[in-house]
Amino acid sequence: MSLINYSSREINCKIVYYGPGLCGKTTNLQHIYSRVPQETRGKMISLATEMDRTLFFDFLPLELGQIRGFKTRFHLYTVPGQVYYNASRKLILKGVDGIVFVADSQIERFEANVESLMNMHDNLAEHGLSADKIPLVMQYNKRDLPRVVSVPELERELNPKGAPFYESVALRGTGVFDTLKLSCKLVLKTLG
Amino acid sequence: MVKGNWALFEEDFWSINSILQTLLRSSSARSVMLIDKTGQMINSIGEPPGFDVTSFSSLAAADFAANAQLAEMVGEKDFATLVHQGLNESLYLSMIANRVILVVLFDKKTSLGLVRLKARRANDDLMGVLERLFEKLQYKNEEMTSTTLGADFAAEAESEIDSLFKD
Repeated sequence: MSLINYSSREINCKIVYYGPGLCGKTTNLQHIYSRVPQETRGKMISLATEMDRTLFFDFLPLELGQIRGFKTRFHLYTVPGQVYYNASRKLILKGVDGIVFVADSQIERFEANVESLMNMHDNLAEHGLSADKIPLVMQYNKRDLPRVVSVPELERELNPKGAPFYESVALRGTGVFDTLKLSCKLVLKTLG
Repeated sequence: MVKGNWALFEEDFWSINSILQTLLRSSSARSVMLIDKTGQMINSIGEPPGFDVTSFSSLAAADFAANAQLAEMVGEKDFATLVHQGLNESLYLSMIANRVILVVLFDKKTSLGLVRLKARRANDDLMGVLERLFEKLQYKNEEMTSTTLGADFAAEAESEIDSLFKD
């Protein structure tokens, strides 16, 4: 639900990083924050517990600059991944323009990915939205770890509709910007 | 109610601006802001806030969203207004037309009673402007983005994204 303000000539879009607990959503945002020029990024806000687990959301605003006279901004959010924070997750999806689903590639987290993905579809439906209509990018994270599910298998189980995907190691930044760039482009395509 | 993207046009912006100016003057508040319920700042007038308005907007929207869920749990449809009272600075927030949040930042120079009274009037006026806007958007929503932003918009945006977000 991007907001186009013709008076101040601004466009604001919202991208949400979704996925199971500890899959690397916050790490994605932290890497982006650490690498984009200072004038591009706003303040990063993390509503987290004392143990650094996301409680409500992380928020990072990015400013693209002028595109055809419009100041274009992306607001990046993460949801809390832990199962019992579903009420908060649902709230963050309100008004979403693009979704990045971060999957944890580790074998023991496979079920958690499936559950989180189903939960995302349920929560979208409650807002009257569908993942078919919202640009979705899949990110298979933690590819550097030893016991991981193969990409073809992840694709088969998590991405039957063939949304674009990237492999990543968010801690090192691998794949983080590819994912972000594609998501931003897909969202802007829906406007243009 | 418009469900998809929404837009604010010049004429609506100035109508909204004038309502906010009246509220600011009559309530003796420090500043008045209008925020989209998804957390995007629409307009801010009065003293330039000494804080990051983008973060402020996203937190105000989250505050409202969380409170709406709390309201539902106790059997209310919503909590239409929220008040946060501090030692020196206070906030009055209210949801309008289920789409935008009016925020009044005030200090000891005025009172919550006066702010609430004047904000209610502004609420009604803003509701009128927004309802007209949403009605207009119902007709225009689809053609508007494609014709006004232009076909080259996505292409130009792509190269901007590539040059900005580099590893």
